[in-house]
Amino acid sequence: MTEFLQQLINGLSLGAIYALIALGYTMVYGVLRFINFAHSDVFMIGAFAGFYSSRALPDASVAHGLTVLCIAMIACAILGIVIERLAYRPLRARSKLTVLITAIGVSLLLENLGQFIFGAAPKRFPQIFPEKNLTLAGGMTLSSSQIIVLVVTIVCLVSLRFIVMKTKIGTAMRAVSFNPIAASLVGINTDIVISFTFGLGSALAAAGGILYSMNYQAIDPLMGILPGLKAFVAAVLGGIGNIPGAALGGLLLGVIETFVNGSRWSTYTDAIAFAVLILILLFKPAGLLGQLEVEKV
Amino acid sequence: MPSRSQLVLLGAILASLGVSLLSSRINPYYLDVTTSVGINIILAVSLNLINGYTGQFSLGHAGFMAVGAYTSAAVTMFAGPRLLQMTGSNTFTTELLFLAALLAGGMIAATAGVLVGAPSLRLKGDYLAIVTLGFGEIIRVVFRNIESLGGALGLNGIPSYTNVFWTFSAAAVTVYVVVSTVNSTYGRGFLAVHDDEVAAEAMGINTTRYKITAFVIGAFFAGVAGGIYGHFKLTIDPKGFDFMKSIEIVVMVILGGMGNTVGVVLAAILLTILPEVLRPVADYRMILYSLLLIILMLVRPQGLFTFTRRAMPSAKVGAHGK
Repeated sequence: MTEFLQQLINGLSLGAIYALIALGYTMVYGVLRFINFAHSDVFMIGAFAGFYSSRALPDASVAHGLTVLCIAMIACAILGIVIERLAYRPLRARSKLTVLITAIGVSLLLENLGQFIFGAAPKRFPQIFPEKNLTLAGGMTLSSSQIIVLVVTIVCLVSLRFIVMKTKIGTAMRAVSFNPIAASLVGINTDIVISFTFGLGSALAAAGGILYSMNYQAIDPLMGILPGLKAFVAAVLGGIGNIPGAALGGLLLGVIETFVNGSRWSTYTDAIAFAVLILILLFKPAGLLGQLEVEKV
Repeated sequence: MPSRSQLVLLGAILASLGVSLLSSRINPYYLDVTTSVGINIILAVSLNLINGYTGQFSLGHAGFMAVGAYTSAAVTMFAGPRLLQMTGSNTFTTELLFLAALLAGGMIAATAGVLVGAPSLRLKGDYLAIVTLGFGEIIRVVFRNIESLGGALGLNGIPSYTNVFWTFSAAAVTVYVVVSTVNSTYGRGFLAVHDDEVAAEAMGINTTRYKITAFVIGAFFAGVAGGIYGHFKLTIDPKGFDFMKSIEIVVMVILGGMGNTVGVVLAAILLTILPEVLRPVADYRMILYSLLLIILMLVRPQGLFTFTRRAMPSAKVGAHGK
């Protein structure tokens, strides 16, 4: 039982990171209806932004950790907006496939620029928050980084919920997601809404990148590929375009993966996300919380 | 009376036989590059049937290639010595063994094509892309876990059977099969699925069958290419068939122009030779590659070598442009 709960905690903290990345996929899909392949590399850039800014703040304390987190989130928000402006906006009227291929191109560009600028060898991510292990009743341990992951994720999710549901720009986001043409007819500037969505999603990816590197400690320019793909699976699992769904899918996938990793099938861990994806698309293509769209001629 | 395209096919096979017989006199470096060109032509042209003509964007071609590479390497390495002992080892029997291994690789890859194609049919566009990508990754993880095939370290000591003859004959057959399939009455269905699935279905076209057929034919030739690749590199490991390999093939198809076989062949040649020429700036190669992809999509999404809306087949059907 203790082991089960311990695995559950580990799974939830991994899942929380997937959830943060998945939100970016889902929000962009909501407004533009395409998979932003470059999102996983924004996550990687977030980790590197954290790595370099933590050099200026060498000692580990909560205030410094939060500063590093904020710097990375702002840097990635700007990066996300720039990517959208330069690569995706000129293609707004083109076929989906063209945009998808461009997104793959942007992703490759970020990875290769990363290898060129940061170097291909893995780097050790410094400690930005003070490290401490808590022992709970029954012998379970909860590391401080796991607590930070869960707290940061919850804060991000709650503020995202607030932005989307209560603010004017959030209402505009939902309107664009519902029907972009009708939204622009009632005076919503869709370009600004889309830029804002990219910024918001990229900031969350940066937060995910920092939290991920805190737990795994090694960062390299290709680190985003696998977590990015898995987070995408999480978004589809929850129902793509659906914000609570992305969070649910992320947590679920993290837990599933941690349990597989703890079993004798552990060498198949990397394949499990894709198996989940294929099963969900076969049996419930709209995802757990999504709604199926009927195709009209 | 053989048709013109059959004569071209025959000519290509004879030409590759001729070059192959002379291969001892050719600089080995050029021979290596030439073989790589041939393998990439097979991969790109077969992917073009799925992505270009049928419009089903697949990102898992390297997975099919892996299946073919492992299967045919297993045939020549594990079954080969025994078979050769039975029949007596000479040039004829070893070449026959290699052909059998390639066909086996293609068949198993085609089976994988059915497995991937069938569930993927419910999906379109970016969903399909991500699912095929997922299948490619699953195939890779599975090979990493099969210890008898070398596991993560890969399979070493594959016999060196690949030569210019086999590579370019296979490339010629691939081009022939893809072009004549698409140009046949039956093959119009692929284009119909590509242009408008709902309309195609309304016209009585079984879109499911066409999509699966595209996947099966494409996967078969990717498997053959994998077999040739394995017996050329003499060592294969799961890492060599990752997502990046699939992307490389996709870029060839896009650069050449989706649904334009001639363009895709040119792009495969260009993109294989270019890295060799660019060796002095190898560090920037991938950066240039990705920039090229983005710029191409912004200014010339139809590909470098496509000049009409649909380069090849439309000439006969009076294209109604959209």
